[in-house]
Amino acid sequence: MTTTLAPPEGTRAAEGAARTPRRPGRPRRAWLPYALLLPALALELLVHLVPMVYGLLMSFKELTQFYIRDWTTAPWRGLENFRVAVDVDTPVGAALLHSFWVTCLFTVLSVGLCWLLGTTTAVYLQESFRGRGLLRALYLVPYALPMYAAVITWTFMFQRDNGLVNHVLVDQLGLFDEAPFWLLGDNSFWAMLVVSVWRGWPFAFLIVMAGLQTVPRELYEAAALDGAGRWQQLRQVTLPSLRPVNQVLVLVLFLWTFNDFNTPFVLFGKSAPEAADLISIHIYQASFVTWNFGSGSAMSVLLLLFLLVVTAGHLLITSRGRRKADG
Amino acid sequence: MRRIRAAAAGAVTVSLLAAVSACGGGSATGGGSGDSPEKLTYWASNQGPSIEADKKILTAEIAKFEKETGIDVELEVVPWSDLLNRILAATTSGQGPDVLNIGNTWSASLQATGALLPWDDENFGRIGGRDRFVESAIASAGAEGQDPAAVPLYSMAYTLYWNKKMFADAGITEPPATWDEMVETGKRLSGDGKFALGAEGANLSENIHHVFTFGRQHGTDFFTADGRPEFTSDAAVDAVKQYVDLMAEHEIIAPGNAEYAQNQSLQDFARNRTAMVMWQNAQTAFASHGMEDDDWGVAPIPVRSGEPGAGTGVNSMVAGINMAVFKNTDNLDGSLEFVKFMTSDAEQKALNSAYGSIPPVKAAQDDPAFDGPTQKVVRDTLARSAAPLPQVPSESQFETAVGTAVKELFAEAAAGKPVTEDLVREKLTKAQQQMPQG
Repeated sequence: MTTTLAPPEGTRAAEGAARTPRRPGRPRRAWLPYALLLPALALELLVHLVPMVYGLLMSFKELTQFYIRDWTTAPWRGLENFRVAVDVDTPVGAALLHSFWVTCLFTVLSVGLCWLLGTTTAVYLQESFRGRGLLRALYLVPYALPMYAAVITWTFMFQRDNGLVNHVLVDQLGLFDEAPFWLLGDNSFWAMLVVSVWRGWPFAFLIVMAGLQTVPRELYEAAALDGAGRWQQLRQVTLPSLRPVNQVLVLVLFLWTFNDFNTPFVLFGKSAPEAADLISIHIYQASFVTWNFGSGSAMSVLLLLFLLVVTAGHLLITSRGRRKADG
Repeated sequence: MRRIRAAAAGAVTVSLLAAVSACGGGSATGGGSGDSPEKLTYWASNQGPSIEADKKILTAEIAKFEKETGIDVELEVVPWSDLLNRILAATTSGQGPDVLNIGNTWSASLQATGALLPWDDENFGRIGGRDRFVESAIASAGAEGQDPAAVPLYSMAYTLYWNKKMFADAGITEPPATWDEMVETGKRLSGDGKFALGAEGANLSENIHHVFTFGRQHGTDFFTADGRPEFTSDAAVDAVKQYVDLMAEHEIIAPGNAEYAQNQSLQDFARNRTAMVMWQNAQTAFASHGMEDDDWGVAPIPVRSGEPGAGTGVNSMVAGINMAVFKNTDNLDGSLEFVKFMTSDAEQKALNSAYGSIPPVKAAQDDPAFDGPTQKVVRDTLARSAAPLPQVPSESQFETAVGTAVKELFAEAAAGKPVTEDLVREKLTKAQQQMPQG
């Protein structure tokens, strides 16, 4: 999917901004980078921005089943779609707000766990030992599997009566008296979190592992000479060196998780349980319940604005921190 | 430098968000309309035990048409989970098939989009006339008072399938004939990890089909006469509760069925874990699970009022598949020709006997292939005690909204929580609030 294109781009751009060496006195060909960016920019416009503009236009229209065949004939509704979506006193607005909070909690937990697991593993796998390559490859499997195939397998494993999870938890370990449902009710949140972390942490692992390669060995040697133990080395050397990598990593994980559509859709089908009602699937269902795609678009635009604000805020704070660090 | 950095940050933001939001936008999928008179694209629905099986059956029949007319038909069998979305995408983009199958309950919803060719007298004339079809099947092909949006292709009805071995093990010889008997027999059949009745609790359409039938028995069809949703009436609450209570109160449906949506209940039936299912057209699926024809029997679904019939005796929806032509087809003549072929007496016999459905074409019904014990019950049900779902534009939305409410209620019941009248009303109120206003 298109999202996979984003991280290398983001990583490169953010690091590039931090590391471009200044070369005073040499004539700069200022236009060259822009010329090189041009093809990418053109494609970007075509593939990303044009559909976004269409989505934005749709959000101001009453695009119901009576108009979808020729949506230019759909009547304009001004800000009405947005008003309904943000009015938390109406059922539509209240449901959207509930879904928003569920998504926030889910994202914080998922990103946190992905990062923690990925970083821990990457740090441990820094030391060379037998079988390290095998482990590294093994850990990347969830990331390499096709999304649908991976999640549908979880769906089978989470089934109450025939699933592997209950077989282990109930039949073998005896943790529950009665087999719980994992795809219905409140448990569905945790089931979804497990799948999300399982899928997301190898990416964190990969990026942190790459980041660790750039930390000079001398730093550790110097730290060791100063008497720093492993824990102190981690806190004083590793984590600060990883900071630029982490900033981008957390942002990318946040965006992916907040927008995750595939995981809940494959796990729960068209209507996710309330406890696992992530915002993207909520918007999808809201659009298809009413067949009012204008209102669905308005919710998408609100989501976009929220993510834009968060992302801009994140970049502002991190770049300010970096500038301070630069001197 | 600072400006460049800001610009870079901005560019990253925009590209990330673009990547993110592009996933949310709907995109037009697949299928080109036949752009020459020698070509047709046909989207078939999944009627047999698998997509592959359908392809085999249809390809063999379509070959006859191709030979007869020289028109090349590009066939795609679309799974039910995708069909409606694919049709909506095709409607939006104008890039659709020429001919397609639709679930008959969607007829009025899709009719309202204006994407389907209306079947006026002239078009009907091209395929042999409207009176070749059974009237109740035509009635579920579009809103009343308008030209139908499609023509009937296969007819089906819900019947009660019962597992003879499980009945014999419990010492019961006959399927239940009244609703009280259904519950009582059900309790005798349930126990030891076995249950009397199967349900697809997480399948929104199945939920709707059942609560609609119960709704008719309580005197409502979930819509007012002028087509407005009316989900919270006492009758609607009673109907939904009657269905969910089979699990919640009577405990004759296994709690695990609350998460079923992929026909797992048929598998349970074949494995002698579920004694009865209320189903349309299960015979080919049973065979694919290794059951012999005498392992199971078919009976009309019992009703509360005693005898199945009209009014409160309704025990099935008019189920079926309609065939529609996309209005912006490039090959109208070829499309009509193809519909004529598929609804011809010979093809109706061949296709409906392959799928175990009943032909909506009167002349084809007389064939002995439709006189078997199963087909007889289905034909009787269709003739006497089946009602079409409301043919209103917001029918599809009703399926999603109320289907979800029933799914959530099953989830509550499965978790052992009491399903009270208030809870049912609360869920239905929520469903009604989601419906398009005005």
